[in-house]
Parts: sequence; structure tokens; C-alpha cells
Amino acid sequence: MSDSSAPASAPAPTSPEIAVELADVTFGYDRHPVLMGISMTIPRGKVVAIMGGSGCGKTTILRLIGGQLRPRSGRVMVAGQSVPDLDREELYAMRRKFGMLFQFGALFTDMSVYENIAFALREHTDLPEELIRDLVLMKLHAVGLRGAAQLMPTELSGGMARRVALARAIALDPMLVMYDEPFAGLDPISLGVIGQLIRRLNDALGITSVVVTHDVYESLKMVDYLYFVSQGTIIAQGTPAEVRASSDAFVRQFVDGEPDGPVPFHYPATAYRAELFARA
Amino acid sequence: MLSAVVTGLAESLRRLGSGAIAAIGRLGYAARFFVAVIYESPAAFARLHLTVREIYFSGVLSLIIILVSGLFVGMVLALQGYDVLQRYGADESLGVLVALSLVRELGPVVAGLLFASRAGSAITAEIGLMKATEQLSAMEMMAVDPLARVVAPRFWGGVISMPFLAALFSTLGVFGAYLVGVRLIGIDPGAFWGNMQAGVDFRFDIVNGVIKSAVFGTAVSLIAVFEGFDAKPTAEGVSSATTRTVVESSLAILALDFVLTVFMFRGLT
Repeated sequence: MSDSSAPASAPAPTSPEIAVELADVTFGYDRHPVLMGISMTIPRGKVVAIMGGSGCGKTTILRLIGGQLRPRSGRVMVAGQSVPDLDREELYAMRRKFGMLFQFGALFTDMSVYENIAFALREHTDLPEELIRDLVLMKLHAVGLRGAAQLMPTELSGGMARRVALARAIALDPMLVMYDEPFAGLDPISLGVIGQLIRRLNDALGITSVVVTHDVYESLKMVDYLYFVSQGTIIAQGTPAEVRASSDAFVRQFVDGEPDGPVPFHYPATAYRAELFARA
Repeated sequence: MLSAVVTGLAESLRRLGSGAIAAIGRLGYAARFFVAVIYESPAAFARLHLTVREIYFSGVLSLIIILVSGLFVGMVLALQGYDVLQRYGADESLGVLVALSLVRELGPVVAGLLFASRAGSAITAEIGLMKATEQLSAMEMMAVDPLARVVAPRFWGGVISMPFLAALFSTLGVFGAYLVGVRLIGIDPGAFWGNMQAGVDFRFDIVNGVIKSAVFGTAVSLIAVFEGFDAKPTAEGVSSATTRTVVESSLAILALDFVLTVFMFRGLT
């Protein structure tokens, strides 16, 4: 378990083996800082989790990688390209190599499951309809929902919607898939299914996965490396074995689900006694 | 005491200035948004089925409210018009009165107001909800520009639908006036249609009416797509944006109607 910016076993930052690299990245809205000097490397072919409490800046990291936000300072590199320096055409060309699963799926509600998966294929390729059909059915089969192709998103359970979104994310055979809270609000069975699918698809398709989550239990079962983010900085990182064995107070609070610790139970306020007796 | 008044006054001035700057900034943002939508329009027209689909949702599905309203407005106009005209023995001019009222003013304006309430609010709510449920972000991350895929087709669907809706409103209005004036009251049908044909000028009345409805359609559609795209991604944000669409569209239609009328019909006065 270490608090340095790069995994001990990770290749050098300039290596083609690096899928994503963030170096000393800062970001904020107006006067509100969100990220303060974040550095991380995500090797190709690995599943890396970014963990932390709600509002700590995890999703912001995904948006910086995807070019939806620009850092105030620092470097965001994806497959050797500096994301903030890309123009619109280059950014869109890069995004064609991305897949992203949003927190609640973000399926297009006016399209069927089939059309949702076919969307990117129709937009970016001139493939004949028969081939699109085969590809869509293959992707749906991979997530176990070939039989749901004609359903509308409103007819799906939360777990099914997340699986359809996963099939849509891999529709163009991306090099990098980003998952924003893929386990949020799922029942234990769906949660296990999504966790297994992330791992299995990552290995079978040779992609790189970045999973933003606060589900420690599920993450430790399926990721290669974890970063812990708190108050805009990386405060711990390591492999699942290192995290389990860690004595770091924040990691222990997070892994053990303690209500109080380095992340306090109480929102900052004046002293309780002083406030209660202030009127007296 | 005096310093408190001065402070309060300064604070009020600061808020006023801050509000004015924010309003101007938003207007500038809306103008840039309009330019961006126009810029993305060729990409939207390349997939014509998207615009055709929006013409169906904005235009065809608004037909019932437009046709029924047009019919009743024409019938009421005929009753009110006849009441005044017959006092001066000019009841045979009812056809031309109703037709000019509808083609020049009521057709474009009332159809525009109904269009803003029916289709404009629906467009804002749909785009706002797509934003709130991250569908627009998902599209961006799939390297598909939401302006070309979602906004431009809805904008052009509204712009194209509106002149047809206004024309149908006026047509049904004239028919309603015929039912009341000729069939119910008993005005001579030859005088009703003949005076209308002689009194309505194609260039001054009909073409100007069509231009008005196209301008209103552009304004309402732009406000609707902008408010949806700019909505806060929450239930309350979408609700406020939908309300703003109806209010801003209605005011824009009435203000633009005055400006257009001044320019179009000044040669007649």
C-alpha cells in the first residue's frame, strides 16, 4: 500500500502500455476546488477502480479523461494524446475509441434496447443492416439480454438497464471503457452480474476499464488496482491484497464501513455545546 | 442609520447590475447557441428522417388543438363581427373582416401561442429530461453531437410546422365564420365569399401572414430548444425551463407581432 502517484508495478508514463495518465491535475468550479494535484496511471488491459465518498471528485476524473471538462492545470493523457489539447474533431475521433457506462444507464428512452445498441454503429459506420443486426445481437448476448432486444428502456429493471448500457458501451469495441458508479442501486444478484461482466468483458475484449465506485466489497473482487480519493487528492492506492492488509485509517474506515473516522460523521459546525447554549 | 440606507441602496444597485449582466450574458449565450444550431443544421438535414419525425411530433400532433381552436375563433369572430357590422348595414363585409383578422393577425399569433404551449413546452421538457438523465452526455461520449442529433431536428421541425399550422388555423377560422355567418345567420354566401376574395390581397395579407408565422415558429422553436438544453438537470430545473419556454415564447410572439406589423402594413396607413 502506498500513497505515491503511480502503481509500483505500473510501466513508465511514456510507455505505450499506459492507457490513461493524469499528472498533477487540478480542477474546480469558480472558487470551489474539486481536484488538487491528482496523479494516476492506468495500464492497458487492467481494471482500475477509483474509490471515495460521494462528492469527492471521482466522476470529475472520468469527465476529464473523456474531455467533457478541461483541467485548470496538469496533464491528462489518453493513449499518448493530451486530451485538453485536442480540437473538436480530434476529441470526437478519440471518443469513438471510448465506451462509457453512466450511473443509471442513460439509455435513450425513445429507442428500443436494440436501437440503443445500434445507435453508435449507425452513427459512425456504414455497415449494412444485416451486419448491424448481428453485432447488436452479439453484444446483447454477451450481457445475457439477447431476448430483451425489442423491449423499451422503461420495461427494464435497474440491473437490466445497466447491462444494456454496458452492451452499448462496448458496441464499437472500444480500447477504454469508463464506468460511473456501475453498482449504484442494484440488488445483490445484479451487482454480482455487473461486476463479473466488467471483469470478463475487459479480459475477453482486451480493453482497459476505469471503474468509479464506492462499493469496496464488489471492487476488491474484480479490480487489479485501486485509488482512494478524498477531498480532491489521492490519499491511498494499491492492489486489492494491499488494500485488505492496509492499516491506513481512511482505507480502514472505507473498507470496514465505519461511520466516523478521517471522514467525519458530522458536517463542520461550531461546537455543539456552544451552539446549544448560545441563546441562553 | 444613514450608512445603513446607503448600504441597502448600494446592495440593491449591485443586485440590479448583477442581474442585468447575467441577463445580457444569457442572451449572448442564446445567440451563440442559435448560430451553433444553424451551423449543425446541414448534418441534421443529412438524416432527413430525424426532422420528419419532429415535424410529426411538433406539427401533426398539434393539429387537433390548432384546428378546433381555429374553428371556434372563426365562429366567435363571425358572431361579434356581425353584431357590429349589421349596425352600419355592412353585414355582407363579414367575410372580409374575418379573413383579414385571421390571415393578418389571429392565425399567426394564436396558432403561435398554442404551438408554444403544446409543442414548445414538450420540446423543452424532452431535451431537459434527456439532459437530466445524462442522455445528452452519453451521446457526447459516443462522439455524437447532441446539437446535430437532438437539437437541430427539433428546431427545424418547429420552424417548418408553424406556417402550416397557422394556415390551417386561418382556414378553419374562415370555415367557422362561414358556418355562423352564412349557415346560421343567413348572410348571402355570394357576398360573403366575393367580398372576401376582393378584400384579401395575396401579397400584403397572405404572404405577410405566412412570414409572421415563420418568424414566430423560429422564435418559439429556438426558445424551446435553448431552454431545454440550458435547463438545470433536476426535476425542478426542467419544470422551470418548461414554464420559461411558454412565458418567453408568448411574450416574444406578441412583441415580434407588433414589430412585424409596423414594418409590413405601414404602407397601408
